[in-house]
Amino acid sequence: MSNNVPKQNIRLSWLFKMAWRDSRKNRSRLLLFISSIVLGIAALVAVYSFKDNLQRDIDAQAKELTGADLILESRKGISKAMQKMIDTIGDEHSEEKTFASMIYFKKNGGSRLVQMKALKGDYPYYGTIETIPLTAAKAFQSGRDALVDQTLMLQFNAKVGDSIKVGNLNFNILGTLTKVPGQTGISSAIAPTVYIPLQYLAKTQLIQTGSRVSSKFYYRYDDPSGIDAFVKKIEPQLQKEGIDADTVESRKEQTGKSFRDVNRFLALSGFIALLLGCVGVGSAIHVYIQEKLTAVATLRCLGLKSRHAFFIYLIQIFFIGLIAAVIGAALGTGIQFLLPLILKDFIPVEITMQVSWFAVAQGIILGLIISILFALPSLLSVRKISPLNAIRISFEKSKATRDPFTYLVYFLMVLFVLGFTHLQMKTWVQTVAFTLSIAFAFILLIILSKTLMFLVRKLLPASSSYLWRQGFANLYRPNNQTLMLTVSIGLSTAFICTLFFVQGILINRVTLSSGNNQPNMVLFDIQNTQKEGVNELTKSYKLPLMNQVPVITMRIEEINGKNAVADTNNRSAYRNEIRATYQDTLTDAEKITAGKWIGKVAANQTIYISVDQRYAEQIHVGLNDKILFNVQGMMIPTVIGSFREINWSRMQTNFRVVFPAGVLEEAPQFHVMMTKVPTNEVSARFQGEVVQKFPNISVIDLNLVLKLLDELLSKIGFIIKFMAGFSMVTGWIVLISAVLTSKNQRIKESILLRTIGASKKQIIRINAIEYFFLGTFAAGAGLILAIAGSWALAKFSFDAVFIPPFLATLLLFSSVVLLVVITGVLSTRSVLNQPPLKILRNEGN
Amino acid sequence: MESILNVRNVSKIYQSASRELTVLDNINFGIDAGSTVAITGPSGSGKTTLLGLSAGLDRASSGTVELKGIALEKLNEDERAAVRNQYVGFIFQNFQLLPTLTALENVMVPLELRGAKNIKAIAVDLLDKVGLADRAHHYPVQLSGGEQQRVSLARAFSNQPAILFADEPTGNLDAETSEKVINLLFDLNKDAGTTLVIVTHDLDLAARTNRTIKIKGGVIISDQKPTYV
Repeated sequence: MSNNVPKQNIRLSWLFKMAWRDSRKNRSRLLLFISSIVLGIAALVAVYSFKDNLQRDIDAQAKELTGADLILESRKGISKAMQKMIDTIGDEHSEEKTFASMIYFKKNGGSRLVQMKALKGDYPYYGTIETIPLTAAKAFQSGRDALVDQTLMLQFNAKVGDSIKVGNLNFNILGTLTKVPGQTGISSAIAPTVYIPLQYLAKTQLIQTGSRVSSKFYYRYDDPSGIDAFVKKIEPQLQKEGIDADTVESRKEQTGKSFRDVNRFLALSGFIALLLGCVGVGSAIHVYIQEKLTAVATLRCLGLKSRHAFFIYLIQIFFIGLIAAVIGAALGTGIQFLLPLILKDFIPVEITMQVSWFAVAQGIILGLIISILFALPSLLSVRKISPLNAIRISFEKSKATRDPFTYLVYFLMVLFVLGFTHLQMKTWVQTVAFTLSIAFAFILLIILSKTLMFLVRKLLPASSSYLWRQGFANLYRPNNQTLMLTVSIGLSTAFICTLFFVQGILINRVTLSSGNNQPNMVLFDIQNTQKEGVNELTKSYKLPLMNQVPVITMRIEEINGKNAVADTNNRSAYRNEIRATYQDTLTDAEKITAGKWIGKVAANQTIYISVDQRYAEQIHVGLNDKILFNVQGMMIPTVIGSFREINWSRMQTNFRVVFPAGVLEEAPQFHVMMTKVPTNEVSARFQGEVVQKFPNISVIDLNLVLKLLDELLSKIGFIIKFMAGFSMVTGWIVLISAVLTSKNQRIKESILLRTIGASKKQIIRINAIEYFFLGTFAAGAGLILAIAGSWALAKFSFDAVFIPPFLATLLLFSSVVLLVVITGVLSTRSVLNQPPLKILRNEGN
Repeated sequence: MESILNVRNVSKIYQSASRELTVLDNINFGIDAGSTVAITGPSGSGKTTLLGLSAGLDRASSGTVELKGIALEKLNEDERAAVRNQYVGFIFQNFQLLPTLTALENVMVPLELRGAKNIKAIAVDLLDKVGLADRAHHYPVQLSGGEQQRVSLARAFSNQPAILFADEPTGNLDAETSEKVINLLFDLNKDAGTTLVIVTHDLDLAARTNRTIKIKGGVIISDQKPTYV
């Protein structure tokens, strides 16, 4: 007996040829399967391209972002020594004082809180303050003129040449402000800017004791190369004085950093769409390979080796994946041009979009990797197809022993998701949390789907009509798509509903804050001498005086004897100004969580203060720690006597640091008062009179804030919906793909049913029942996930109550179900429009 | 005469969930090169399983199968595939043409797998012999059942196999077409001098072979030797 096995030399070119031949008649179907990933790739390429273009534009326009080579900013008084340095550095410099103030439009009596900028000098040195007319930007400093933000001009129907009152002075509007260096559209909508010449600031009498003013000094250097080294050199002095330095480089870095978060969010949204597509690819390829069982078995009979059979299908998936990735990349390159339009209000630079070949390459490689990776579990099974299937399909199916390579592929999939997420998130905690959330959603939907199939099988009454029984039976028949559809429809429904709910939670929270019994107007910067007058004015409008508290501005000088220079790990504690109050009793919104509340203190006694618990964690202090406060020059030693939990969602003034009565009464202070105005008209009249009588007092109208927040959230919501749209459409493509995948199964059933006399209408009804139930269940499962997720977000992140909006939820749910039913029924209709004999003959072959 | 296939003490047992199912029990026979053999028996008797084991499509639970002197049970699946490609031809009851390949390409596949030369010419010639030269570029779906089986015949003979296994070659054809296909099968076989093993229910077809092995319940109940021995 000899065992000379004949040699077989199969050329790679033949495998390619066979892959091409075998894909005939399947190419459009394969492309549809793989098209599930097209939108995910498109979303990612668009986001990556946008990121590249944005970074390039930030680099190119960095100087226009700052408008100067160096900016020094202080929020407190500046020492003489420092002032001397400030006045002498740079080749040219400008000064600006920024603060919140009311302005009053004389023509129509309108008033509004604005961001006031009093400027002296030729700032900006790079870029321009854009105004209409153009000359106004330079000319306004020569007279008593102002530049007013265009949103304000529109809101109060003001025109160039009108007058505004700022503090005690009237200014002529010389121009409409359209763009300020480094400012985004959204920030100008929230806090509109008004420029006045610095020389007139004192005469407005707006700056008083305790006023929150930021002083900015802009510098231009003929040779800016040494700036960073210079800033590093004077850093200790700057820190001591509480001055921040901003250079072109640091602003560039900061702007890039803030957009990295936005890009991460956008990329992860695209990735979810991609993952959803991967589920579709995996499932569709599984069915495709099942259909190839006989062909592979025949080829194996004819002498094809198992690994060669595997390569034939791997080649097919590689090329179809490549085509899908290229289509996705091309689509993404097109979509990237939409992103600047959607994000324009948030971007501080002019975006010049170009094709980013790096992003395109990333997208194509990513598309290829995931098409192959998610098709691999099915492709690997090709190696296990026995040639016996060619002669006895029903009896001797391939053994269902698990291929160890399949586990390796699953491991690679998890690794891929983790790796990709980490590339976006950068931290492992967030990466693992995101991956686990996705895995949890997947597993939950799989469990729900399996439960559905089990329950339908067990509970379907035998007495129900045939159409219902058949429709339901389709949910658990062999090669059913219930699992895949529940996961894909459920996940996309969950994603879109969560976004919708979170938007609602945020809006509700603010709406609740301005509810019936809550104040809706805040007056701040009320001086001691104005307190009585403001009270009288408020009462004369029959408005309630609510929550009237003193505010004292201070800074931490030392914690347990260490100052900012020594306490290197806790610098932020010393940098920021603190606005504190004093009171003898706690308010309803405060609760002592540790220590003892002491409401009053006598002279020379230890001053026990109460600190907000979260703030204490931030600045790393505990009970009995000593804090030395600098209250505008006076050093006050204190000891932390208690921690408080504050309900920040209550519409009232809350403070991180509360002193007992008997310490700060004589310190420079201002007061905050809240009231509730019944109508917009009363609000406008009251604000107008406050501004006229007390020009330094700022008024915040919460109804306006609410409106602005609504606008802001709508804009953010639109971006979120835009990205979620990729997941929705992907889910829909997966649905179509799944329906067409199961088409062969349906054809057989339809032939059988039609042969034995079922009408077209009856078959459509069977399909409609199946898809209705599938859609209902999948959308319901997605909705449960969304409600649970939103509830958790509301409770743990937003500290709010979540009640899903019934009508909107019902509408969302019905839309998904309707879409599933329409898609399902329309996709199977082609089977019904052909005579049974024709299909029978095609099937026979 | 040289023996091309030797089946010795072959048994095949399938494990089902609750019990063992013995499909073939201690089968012994040898087939001489160039002979024609029919394996007959009722449904479920084990004849297709025997064909599968003889052709190296599966491994026996016990016993040995030697094809062209090669012990198949010692080979792995890929090595058996190489043996099939070199020495074995197949004709299936349901034709098993690859639906995405044209008739010509279907005939070319075994030759391509072998890395042969002049593949197209050989395939065209074979299609001509089975009377389908003009349908060379048609896909299986465009051919009738009889035409598909003729393509299948051309494919089976394309790699000049030493032994040809036919599993119910006329099972899906009408009587008239069956007659034509069988005549063609025997003519081609005669020209090529191939050993032919046919699994069939059709006693008339069995009668046209030199030898008939009857199986029932997984055992050989009769083995009518070739008349020329």
